[in-house]
Amino acid sequence: MSAKVLTITSGKGGVGKTTATANIGAALAKRGQKVACIDADIGLRNLDVVMGLENRIVYDLVDAVEGRCRLNQAMIKDKYIPGLYLIPSAQTRDKTAVSPSDMIRLCNELRSDLDWILIDSPAGIERGFKNAIAPADEVLVITNPEVSAVRDADRIIGIVEAEEKGSPRLLLNRLNPEMVKQNNMLSADDVVDLLAIHLLGIIPEDKAVLISTNKGTPIALNEKSLAGQAYRNIAQRLLGEDVPLLDLDKGSGFFNRISSVFGSGEK
Amino acid sequence: MDNFIKRIFSKEPSSADQAKDRLRLVLINDRTDLSSEAMESLKDDLLDVLSRYIKIDPKSVRIDITQEGRQQRLIADIPIAGPVSRKY
Repeated sequence: MSAKVLTITSGKGGVGKTTATANIGAALAKRGQKVACIDADIGLRNLDVVMGLENRIVYDLVDAVEGRCRLNQAMIKDKYIPGLYLIPSAQTRDKTAVSPSDMIRLCNELRSDLDWILIDSPAGIERGFKNAIAPADEVLVITNPEVSAVRDADRIIGIVEAEEKGSPRLLLNRLNPEMVKQNNMLSADDVVDLLAIHLLGIIPEDKAVLISTNKGTPIALNEKSLAGQAYRNIAQRLLGEDVPLLDLDKGSGFFNRISSVFGSGEK
Repeated sequence: MDNFIKRIFSKEPSSADQAKDRLRLVLINDRTDLSSEAMESLKDDLLDVLSRYIKIDPKSVRIDITQEGRQQRLIADIPIAGPVSRKY
């Protein structure tokens, strides 16, 4: 085994990096892959709560880097899915506790034992972001269909390309098909047109995402959720399978489709 | 249907179209690090140089930055009005 290192980043905060990391990790592990998710946001630990593992932390990333524990002691086993692990971030104030070369060394140590290493990058373009992309074999840029998020995504894509990490692939999160239809939200085509990178997946806005984050369970395991389906599809594409993008118009339900035939569906 | 009619009769473009147009300009500025003032003086300088050789009607000149994939391209469309009358 030699793991592929995949870094999920965005520039802007709050667009869904951590949720995407947790759910792509879960969806890959569900397909039998061995996956470690690393929280690279030092001082603002979050991936642990999203994965529901906050009560199991003994050692963290900084402990492993500074040699206070062995690397595998900082790897927390997921509650639900075998083969899924979390390396939590530290809550220390010293953001310089980890360097890009530490991250490269750490990932190289992990590679032989895993299929995937997913790194949840902090927002911004500072040290934490540089740590997160240093070991990356591929970078995924996540954005929302909003002007500020798309602008920041463009900056990040430029930096990633300048670092010679290749062209990142795009995840478009929280797309609301209804608003796109009303011409009140940038469509996936618009965003792809502006950013000019390959689209790996669209995750529709879905209330079930917050509900599952509240509980600390992955939405990717929810068979009824469209967002869950989107994450499962993204995992399959990462595994090289050819899966078409979700048909989001289908999500509007039978009655909406009927009413749209009579002209009252569009408002 | 309402939406469709509204769109035909209203002068204002949809908010998604506004977002896209605004982003297009912002991204060009961000990527080229060229403000709109700098772009204007680039145009003026360019016309200055060109008019030493050819006659140009400044009003018919179009100089724009366009996007092609992740590459920016400076496109200039400059109709030539005639030769410059040189003094010998």
